[in-house]
Amino acid sequence: MVSASPNGPASPRGQTLLLDGITQRYGTSLAVNEVTLDIRGGELVALLGPSGCGKTTLLRIIAGFLAQTKGHVMVGGKSVDGLPPNRRSVGIVFQNYALFPHMTVAENVAYGLDARGVDRATQRSEAQRMLDLVKLGHLGDRTPRQLSGGQQQRVALARALAVNPSILLLDEPFAALDKNLRLDMQIEVKRIQRLSGITTILVTHDQEEALSMADRVAVLSQGRLEQFSPPTEIYDAPDSLFVNTFVGSANLLGGVLVDSDRSAGRVRLDAGGLIETRAPKGDLQPGSRVTVCLRPEHLSVDPVGDDAETLNGVVEMGLPLGATVVHEIRVGDGTAVKVSEPRIQRTDLLAPGTPVRLAPVAPRLASVFAAA
Amino acid sequence: MAATLRDVTTYDLKLAAPLAAGFVLFFVTPLVILLALSFQTDPQGGHYGLTQYVNFLGDSFSLGVLGSTLWLGVKVTVLTLLLGYPVAWLHQRSPGWARGLIMLLVLLPLLTSVVVRTFAWVVILGRQGIVNATLSWIGLIDTPLKLLYTEGGVVVALAQVQMPLMVLPIITALSRIDPNFADASSVLGAGHWRTFRKVILPLSLPGIVAGCLLTYAAAITAFITQSLIGGGQMLFMPMYIYQQASTLQNWPFAAAISIVFLVSVLVVVSIFNALGRLSRGYANA
Ligand SMILES: Nc1ncnc2c1ncn2[C@@H]1O[C@H](COP(=O)(O)OP(=O)(O)OP(=O)(O)O)[C@@H](O)[C@H]1O
Ligand SMILES: [Mg+2]
Repeated sequence: MVSASPNGPASPRGQTLLLDGITQRYGTSLAVNEVTLDIRGGELVALLGPSGCGKTTLLRIIAGFLAQTKGHVMVGGKSVDGLPPNRRSVGIVFQNYALFPHMTVAENVAYGLDARGVDRATQRSEAQRMLDLVKLGHLGDRTPRQLSGGQQQRVALARALAVNPSILLLDEPFAALDKNLRLDMQIEVKRIQRLSGITTILVTHDQEEALSMADRVAVLSQGRLEQFSPPTEIYDAPDSLFVNTFVGSANLLGGVLVDSDRSAGRVRLDAGGLIETRAPKGDLQPGSRVTVCLRPEHLSVDPVGDDAETLNGVVEMGLPLGATVVHEIRVGDGTAVKVSEPRIQRTDLLAPGTPVRLAPVAPRLASVFAAA
Repeated sequence: MAATLRDVTTYDLKLAAPLAAGFVLFFVTPLVILLALSFQTDPQGGHYGLTQYVNFLGDSFSLGVLGSTLWLGVKVTVLTLLLGYPVAWLHQRSPGWARGLIMLLVLLPLLTSVVVRTFAWVVILGRQGIVNATLSWIGLIDTPLKLLYTEGGVVVALAQVQMPLMVLPIITALSRIDPNFADASSVLGAGHWRTFRKVILPLSLPGIVAGCLLTYAAAITAFITQSLIGGGQMLFMPMYIYQQASTLQNWPFAAAISIVFLVSVLVVVSIFNALGRLSRGYANA
């Protein structure tokens, strides 16, 4: 393992991975539909999506367990379509770890080296080195059953990395861990991934995990790629209504597009008020029905003013949530809108029934999509 | 809570009473009578002593019969394992409809009587049987081979008859193995054969041991198949006991060799059991 700053940029030593128009058909249903992902060497990419959107299917195609119906998988610029799993040089950490129960921890880690015909002494020293890397150097003689969940996961990671694969695949690796341990392991995996500079695909349906760990996030829905962008872009500039609502929370308000240019748009909301938004997605003419997505932290609750062009409502309920205060406001057209404000700014909760005015904290935060 | 639990237990025991009574009446009692009988020195009754056991253990013919019976069990078990494991493996790897078909084929022997199955083997192995007819038709042999009334014939027939006892436990063991293990192995660079040898086979050991135990116990006590395929020239323990009791009316000696046989089988079974515990610990370690 060559040293690299744990927070540094993606290492150029990892292999590139190109998924080129991958389609997987099960009978008549499409599990994966024309997915194209161009992944840089050393990048950590999260596949994010709801249950059944095709994440595992995509992973199994990359590993070679499943031959895709259409498309190509290229590692380091070379097609691996014809190669069986044992010749693809990928490492996998399964959700249930799949450590061999009849072998010791060290034997598990050495398994891939043994399969490659590496001599005993090297196997042993390499296994020890990998176990040291995941900080389990002292547990090599135990069996997997004698380890905790987090330790088993480290062993699974060491086993996958021991053969020095080109690509590392992680299928919901943290799902079985409790919350505190999960955070520890996320940091640990990120550290090791940075150190080894290995191109990594992380499958998850946990958006926080995807946003915090990945260099880029690929959001999938029903087998289709919705967006492939860095985490902040996914959150701040979602390409579709699905991405906007699946990642983070969003208030959806109906309205009519007044006008728009490349950088911004203006929408008259059904609930009242004119709001300045980001440029609408797609080809939308002034006058078309649209859906405006406003995140709870994009709004602030102000006293009612005289201005007619505002979004007014009535407080339904207020909740102090640690660092933030959340109010639920019933606006003109009956929609309940959530507003989240830092508690430093709002120390008092508003009583239910208070009439209020909602204002964006800054212009052009809201996203606009064609009405569904 | 404790009271409820005790209630449940008493309830359970009452339910088991008919079975227990049957067990005592039809298994324990005859066994005790058998044991008592084996100590009679004379078929006409009278004194008690170890005469029958001394006779058996001092008689090389009797010991030979015991030895060949236990050895027959080993051969049948090995053959059944070699033929049965691939079937179980195939079942595990097949798609749904094929699984059903394989399971049906495996269970089919259990749906026909042992007598019928054994006579089928008489037809297959006889001088004018299917095997000999085919071989001479191909031109491989001029005179029919002697297949029936040979030990080889007995082994093959027993292996087929006992096949379900081997295949079913192995299927169960294989189905318990996490399919991710095979995937993990292959992605780490192992081919099919290495994956099988290093992962699947060791993890299916509990099923293999259970299958061997059942097959062995069934093979050495298979009176009908042994006698019909083995014929008069070959003598195994079940037939030996039958002759002593029924033909020669030597009930004490028959009882004694039954007890000896029973003890030998128990010894073998406990060896298997110990192996089974070992392999389970190994697979679940
Ligand atoms: N062997 C199969 N045969 C038929 N359909 C399948 C098969 N495997 C998966 N599917 C279908 O393909 C779709 C995608 O499945 P996949 O397992 O990739 O989802 P996923 O994104 O991993 O979901 P989860 O988060 O629940 O693990 C699902 O609709 C599923 O029902
Ligand atoms: Mg999945």
